[in-house]
Amino acid sequence: MHPTAPTKPLRAYGDREGDGMVQMSFVLELPPSGRAREAAKRFAELHGLREPIIATMEECAEGFSYFVAYGHSKHAVDVAQIAVLEIRTEALSRDEIEQRIATRLGRKIVVVGACTGADAHTVGIDAILNYKGYLGDKGLESYKGFEAHNLGAQVENDELAARARALHADAVLVSQVITQRNCHKENGAALVDLAKRQGWRDEVVLLFGGPRIDHKLALELGFDAGFGPGTKPSDVASYLAERLCGEARR
Amino acid sequence: MAVVPLDERTVEECRRIAGAIAGDVQRYIDGHTSVGVERTIVRAFGIEGVDDQGVPLVNVLIQRLHEKKALGRGASYYIGRELLRGARGVQQAAERLAFGPEIDIDYGGVSPSAAKDALEAPTKEALARIDQARVEREGLKARIAPGPTPLKYVIVATGNIYDDALQAKAAAHAGADIVAVIRATAQSLLDYVPHGATTEGYGGTFATQENFRIIRRATDEASQLYGRYIHQTNYSSGLCMAEIAWMAAVERLDMLLNDAMYGILFRDINMCRTFVDQYVSRRFIGRAQIIINTGEDNYLTTADAVEKAHTVLASQFINEAFALRAGLVEEQMGLGHAYEINPWLEDSFLMELAQAQLVRQIFPRHPIKWMPPTKHKTGDVFFAHVHDAMFNLVGVTTHQSIELLGMFSEAIHNPLLVDRFLSLKATRYVFSACKHLGDEITFKPEGRIAARARAVLAETHALLVEVERASIWDAISTGAFADVKRTRQGGKGYAGVAEREREYVNPILDALEATGSRA
Repeated sequence: MHPTAPTKPLRAYGDREGDGMVQMSFVLELPPSGRAREAAKRFAELHGLREPIIATMEECAEGFSYFVAYGHSKHAVDVAQIAVLEIRTEALSRDEIEQRIATRLGRKIVVVGACTGADAHTVGIDAILNYKGYLGDKGLESYKGFEAHNLGAQVENDELAARARALHADAVLVSQVITQRNCHKENGAALVDLAKRQGWRDEVVLLFGGPRIDHKLALELGFDAGFGPGTKPSDVASYLAERLCGEARR
Repeated sequence: MAVVPLDERTVEECRRIAGAIAGDVQRYIDGHTSVGVERTIVRAFGIEGVDDQGVPLVNVLIQRLHEKKALGRGASYYIGRELLRGARGVQQAAERLAFGPEIDIDYGGVSPSAAKDALEAPTKEALARIDQARVEREGLKARIAPGPTPLKYVIVATGNIYDDALQAKAAAHAGADIVAVIRATAQSLLDYVPHGATTEGYGGTFATQENFRIIRRATDEASQLYGRYIHQTNYSSGLCMAEIAWMAAVERLDMLLNDAMYGILFRDINMCRTFVDQYVSRRFIGRAQIIINTGEDNYLTTADAVEKAHTVLASQFINEAFALRAGLVEEQMGLGHAYEINPWLEDSFLMELAQAQLVRQIFPRHPIKWMPPTKHKTGDVFFAHVHDAMFNLVGVTTHQSIELLGMFSEAIHNPLLVDRFLSLKATRYVFSACKHLGDEITFKPEGRIAARARAVLAETHALLVEVERASIWDAISTGAFADVKRTRQGGKGYAGVAEREREYVNPILDALEATGSRA
């Protein structure tokens, strides 16, 4: 645990320790009225807000009201009880990554990535793999130590699997942006299943990424690591360099 | 309106070069057709229906012709010939061709001109159907005027067309002028248009003719209720861009996302196919007087908005040139651009203002489409609301015509009902509070904003020169636009392109070209 982590249960911080002040906004299917205001107040109370104030009540569509409520949340969270799965990797510099791959592996790390299923959003996979990168952090294509293949969007799992095997991929990156009705989880899990059935699951590092993905979810679905919003290409590069040519060899 | 001083000769030169670039492609277009184009023409004759597997009749028919390498004569030839051989109407002619014995691809005694003559009445009916929808729109707009510009444009994307209809009316109630139904993500790569009303779709709702009707009814009702014409928008893009353009024309849509190059760059659709299809889609759009929305705003989601601002302007010139060649008038060209510069960059607002002003001045008659920040939006909804307010300020100050509203929840989910409401409320405030701001200010001729506008124009000119020298085919293959590289024969749908025979028969296209042509 982090040395400065608090040991007492935490309440939300408004302007004084322990006041529990939170803001919430929501919509109820009621036109604005005294009764609607009272309904909103009770709704807030049911969420654990003491002395809620309905700061705004406004019609946002015919027969619907939008509310902003403030109140003192009675809930507290015991941080000492929390364990979070985080990717354990040291942030390596570009030179360190290149050096490590060159000296310890002696060949390029082959990475194949795609945005699978019906998902047409290449923003994530492009940011990680393409030369251009993201916010000044160049993509894997820009490293001497990586051979990056970006298959783009709307790639079926079968096709991704076939290409990954044909290219002798060391790592396979699956990007999922659309999350409607949990299609991202289904697509991701289906690839892991396919890899197992075809017998190459343990020959590659499987990575899962996207705005609604975290390491924990990726592990649950059978991936080796998950990368969420704000991930830079160098984060993925560090992870792969360490995983494939670090001390912790599989 | 405040202006930044621009070198008009450079602007004219950019137009001339863009014209030459489009002219080069137009020669290719005029010699080719595609499965998408021929299906569109068959649909335009009023032919409908699906087979027992649910495959649209037009697909069955065109696929049969294409397999026999017979598309180059035009599907119209075979329909006309079938009429001469006794079919009772075009529908029966098409059914015979789709489901009957093998199609005889020799002339069999029926000349192309005879087949064409047999289609005179169906061609007239096809055009009358488009014209009728256009006249109906003009009548409605005369009775119920649209709101003031910038028109406020919102999207709905529930996946269920009936929920979309409900949300469309709610959006109109909250002040929206334009409602777009976002398409299901996979649709652009389908080589057929789904049939009927749909209630399932990821990332959006399928564009079908029946779904168009359902939203049209809802937006017409909203126009009546709120006394303001509510525009309906959908997507004429992907492998069925021309078919959807025709559907939109007869179902009286007001706007269509339609771009000469978007599919090539962002959906990896083959460039030959896209150029051929966009032309025919725009011929229908021209006749229907639908406003197109081009997709240059997307360039800045993959390329840097400061470094690559000129690629947007260059593409706008090219889109304009292609549109002119397809018979559109400037008042139909909603050229797209976006507020996508990193907000934490010093003077980012000044650069956004410069670009918006530049586009407004260069395309004065065009209903410019101004797109909100998306790339730099995070889950911080409070900051995102401020970010959108600055975007709105540029939109109203520089007199943009169509503004797609930013959503503070952009980075989180498809907009909730309340997200749209709050966005519309904030936009209403900025538009009203700053209504005449653009008429009150002047830009310093030697100031930062004018300098930025001049620099972008100069870079645009240089890029256009380069594209003309290399040809657009090669420019796209070296990543000139959006940092995306595509090859001439790569991408999806190339197999669906066919060379036109010398006696290609397409009386509907002939009629559209006869009335709409300009460039």
